[in-house]
Amino acid sequence: MTLWTTVLLASGLAFALKLLGYVVPHQVLDGVVVSRVTAMLPVALLSALVAVQTFTAPGGGLTVDARAAGLAVAVTALLLRAPFLVVVILAAGTAATLRALGWG
Amino acid sequence: MPSPQLAEERRKEVLRQCLSVGVATGAYGISFGALSVAAGLDLWQTMALSALLFSGASQFAVVGIIASGGSGAAAVATSSLLGLRNGLYGLQISRLLRVRGLGRVPAAHLTIDESTAVAIAQQEPAAQRLGFWGTGLSVFVLWNLSTLLGAVVGNALGDPRRYGLDAAAPAAFCALLWPRLKTGDTRTVAAAAAVIALTVAPHAPAGIPVLVAALAAIVAGAIPARGPRDGMDLNDTGTSSGEQAPS
Repeated sequence: MTLWTTVLLASGLAFALKLLGYVVPHQVLDGVVVSRVTAMLPVALLSALVAVQTFTAPGGGLTVDARAAGLAVAVTALLLRAPFLVVVILAAGTAATLRALGWG
Repeated sequence: MPSPQLAEERRKEVLRQCLSVGVATGAYGISFGALSVAAGLDLWQTMALSALLFSGASQFAVVGIIASGGSGAAAVATSSLLGLRNGLYGLQISRLLRVRGLGRVPAAHLTIDESTAVAIAQQEPAAQRLGFWGTGLSVFVLWNLSTLLGAVVGNALGDPRRYGLDAAAPAAFCALLWPRLKTGDTRTVAAAAAVIALTVAPHAPAGIPVLVAALAAIVAGAIPARGPRDGMDLNDTGTSSGEQAPS
């Protein structure tokens, strides 16, 4: 498979998957259980993304590094009701500072 | 149900959120552009991924697999598994947007983690729609501009980790998830999903752990609500305005 084939095939499938969510009939979602599941899905997926992006090394192994410290600062900022951008900047700043000091 | 217009102040508040998220993820695009070129894709292939695939996790997966010598088929499969969640977001977002016909094409293209998270963090239907389109467009524009910047000068910038950009992304997702964690049910699901993802991560290819974690939502949804207050319907997402949603 050439690089262009890979790029275009991945893009086409990505769009098809996105569109699928819009063409499935809405009645499919009317059940109580389905409604609860679809409301819970983003919570589960976003939480999993936070965990994976914070605690895994490139090979998939678990690790605790400067990103974990960044997340801890972010959570603290959220508990103190800091605005979104402040939360993000504090997390990045924490990780960057720790790395500049030679950790993580 | 007809949705009243948003007050000017509320509209600005939502738009600020949209822009903040765009800036946060756009900054991350610099590292994508740099990594993509380093992996051997040319400038146009890199830009095609950001413009056409437009889903950060899938793009990083494609580039990462190619960089590590993986096959094109593995890159496409992993990217698509990661992209499944956008289809799941679409199921929910399509109910908020009420788009029909060709209008579904741009809506589907902009259906990603960020636009979904901002939309569902709002309470009023009008704010949900504004949050979706505003975030989708701001992320699209900034993600593509920063990808271009990253591809052109990224290598000169050096390691994006030095700037903590890899810690900015989970912090942003966490801030977006935060307002959803008001009920015991959602906190349980979030904790279970994180544990599942981390348990699976060392044993599965990139992208699979997050998908497996979706099981937490399916199991939680299938268990009957303990009481009416725990009902997770779309109009009861646990967000109360004023506090929390990212602002």
